[in-house]
Amino acid sequence: MSEMLILNGYLVDPGSGIDGLRDVLIQDGRIAAVEIPGGLASIAGLHATSSKIDAAGCVVAPGLIDIHVHLREPGQTHKETIATGTAAAAAGGFTTVVAMPNTTPVNDSVAGLQWMLAAERGPVVNLLAMPAATVGSLGCDLSDFAALVRAGAVGFTDDGKPVLEDEVMRAALLAAARLGVPVSQHAEDTRLTGGCSMNAGRVAFRLGLRGMPVEAEARIVERDLHLLREIEQAERLRPHLHVQHVSTARALDAIRRAKAEGLHVTCEAAPHHFTLTEDAVGEYDTNAKMNPPLRAEADRRAVIEALLDGTVDCIATDHAPHASHEKEVEFERAPNGITGLETALGLAMRVLHREHGMQLLRVLALMSAQPAAVIGLKEQGTLRVGSFADVVIFDAAEDWKFAVKDSRSKSKNLPFDGAALLGRVRATICEGRVVYRPIP
Amino acid sequence: MTERAKRAATREAGVGQLCGLPPEIVRNTSLVAAGSLLSVEHLSVADVAGILAMTARLERMDAAARARILLGRTIALLFYESSTRTRTSFELAAKSLGATTTLVSDKSSSIEKGESLKDTGLTLRALGAEAIVLRHPSSGSASLLARVTGLPVLNAGDGMHQHPSQALLDLRTILLRLGRDVRTVDDNTLHGVTLVITGDILHSRVARSNAMLLPRLGARVVLCGPPELLPESSLGMAEGIEIERDFDRALACANVVMMLRIQKERLAGFDLDLAEFIARYQLNQERMAASSPKLLVMHPGPIIRGLEITGAVADGPQSLIEEQVSQGLAVRRAVLARALGVIA
Repeated sequence: MSEMLILNGYLVDPGSGIDGLRDVLIQDGRIAAVEIPGGLASIAGLHATSSKIDAAGCVVAPGLIDIHVHLREPGQTHKETIATGTAAAAAGGFTTVVAMPNTTPVNDSVAGLQWMLAAERGPVVNLLAMPAATVGSLGCDLSDFAALVRAGAVGFTDDGKPVLEDEVMRAALLAAARLGVPVSQHAEDTRLTGGCSMNAGRVAFRLGLRGMPVEAEARIVERDLHLLREIEQAERLRPHLHVQHVSTARALDAIRRAKAEGLHVTCEAAPHHFTLTEDAVGEYDTNAKMNPPLRAEADRRAVIEALLDGTVDCIATDHAPHASHEKEVEFERAPNGITGLETALGLAMRVLHREHGMQLLRVLALMSAQPAAVIGLKEQGTLRVGSFADVVIFDAAEDWKFAVKDSRSKSKNLPFDGAALLGRVRATICEGRVVYRPIP
Repeated sequence: MTERAKRAATREAGVGQLCGLPPEIVRNTSLVAAGSLLSVEHLSVADVAGILAMTARLERMDAAARARILLGRTIALLFYESSTRTRTSFELAAKSLGATTTLVSDKSSSIEKGESLKDTGLTLRALGAEAIVLRHPSSGSASLLARVTGLPVLNAGDGMHQHPSQALLDLRTILLRLGRDVRTVDDNTLHGVTLVITGDILHSRVARSNAMLLPRLGARVVLCGPPELLPESSLGMAEGIEIERDFDRALACANVVMMLRIQKERLAGFDLDLAEFIARYQLNQERMAASSPKLLVMHPGPIIRGLEITGAVADGPQSLIEEQVSQGLAVRRAVLARALGVIA
């Protein structure tokens, strides 16, 4: 029996509501006991030889969960591999990540999904996947949802592209509803964004770049909510729509109203969207190019507001590695996306907790319990006794500067080199194994 | 600090604060060689005055002395888009200063085989180019080339973004024809001058360059065109810019009108009603007759006779179109010498 003790830490577990000093006992990869300091001494069979982590002065929280990452394997391993991407995840405090299907080939088959999830890929943390909603993510024929769910799919998405056609999206929502999983939508009306490389507005005009209007996001969200409503009324099913990386006030307003109406909609926000605005594009910095793009200040504030009022269910990074030679090109030609696994916690802590007064418990809920709920995980995202021993230990008060050269990711494409972060990971534990522990 | 500089500094501080980074990193300009001419935004009024002064000195010099200024120096012209005026005038300007020039175009070079802009730039540098004049269809490409090569880069037009030497030659043309001193400028030089820029402003790097430079010298800039070619977001280019959709009303107050070609190659599927555009925005003799007889007519070229401007107006006595071309040669000599660190 393997055993580990985490002693003297300040436990913050949104799942159980615990917010105080606790010791944690891990046995065989599960949380075996959570007690006030000293309370574990009475537990029978506790070995004096079991490994101990002194977490004094640190927060002990459920391992973070990111339901939106691009790990680039198979087919794009010059950008990232499952091993390097999950190593970056561990360094960022994440113990579960959900891989998007836009690999080469697209992850749209049981064989592809099994290959991706196989132990041979060397994942450092829990790896889950959302396969493609449509074959090849071409937006026409649904992939085999039932077979893929049996093989472990936690949802379906054509991420990178929207499911554009009304009838295809309706069919996807219906099929997913029958299986109890979400359809995760990249909300972009691509009929409005051809040739665009940043947010529409004054900055884009000044830079001479074609801009994506905020309506491109809102229109798809509004269309999808309309489909949810129709299906609920006509089919007596309750489909679950998850909206990825929401970046505009208008889309957030639509989601807020839909939640009030009782529709089953959830959504995520990316750290860069509540941290930066379109001004960060500066002189055509391709490391500030992603899709959806960085928006205007009013939209950034709307994302923060929606995180504070509960409209946003979870933080997801949209970790999107690209090789430097791919980003060191003309802005319009550069691929979309930035890496984000190692800066998410520090940005959320700085911006949401410190600058906007969000309670630590709420910040961590957005990164553990709530993303777990979105994809239906019962035994992760909490430190309740019996759960998987996925734990992050971090110093919530440490101010530090991120250095991209230290990144575990194979790619270094992000606009946060040298950025000020709050809260530094001291250890990440996945199913009872220490998967990240920098030398202090 | 000027208003504009203050605004820029505030904007940069804002971004820096958001992501906790210093402005030079946020603006990504720390690696650009001095002497580069990427955007009029990077030029202070004093820089503009310096370029105009050098233009005047080079013009007065006798040809033999001028031909020693860049003797033995190498300048590469890298053209990814077709060009008549800009390419020829940069080439003639460099040669008149004694420089060796080499022209690389996207056709008939390894660019056709997929060589990147970065590798093309590094190749030119390895072959001895000391500065690169770049024309490219992508906005921001000149900035990229400057960063990756570390060489002075002269932006001869990047996508819809900037064409700074065009704004400088337009400025010199205006000063000349208004009878003002062409050897210097300050922030009040163009006080009382109203410039109306008309047509396809959305796709025009010339419009952006002029609209972002001339108000800083005191000019009033009025933009004119239909919403499809002139969105409200254009007002963000500089303080004090105005939009007037009615061309006749705009002309009533204009000292200078700058016409722009509709850039069919950049319309991206957008279907413009040409007949209506001509009716509302063409500069023709009727409109000239209704305007001040002193109205100056400019056009960066190429002109499409019968579309944005009639042949009679383009060839008429108030047209500065050929003068602009001649001034291009003079101004480009100065920016080339400046790029190579030569004070003439």
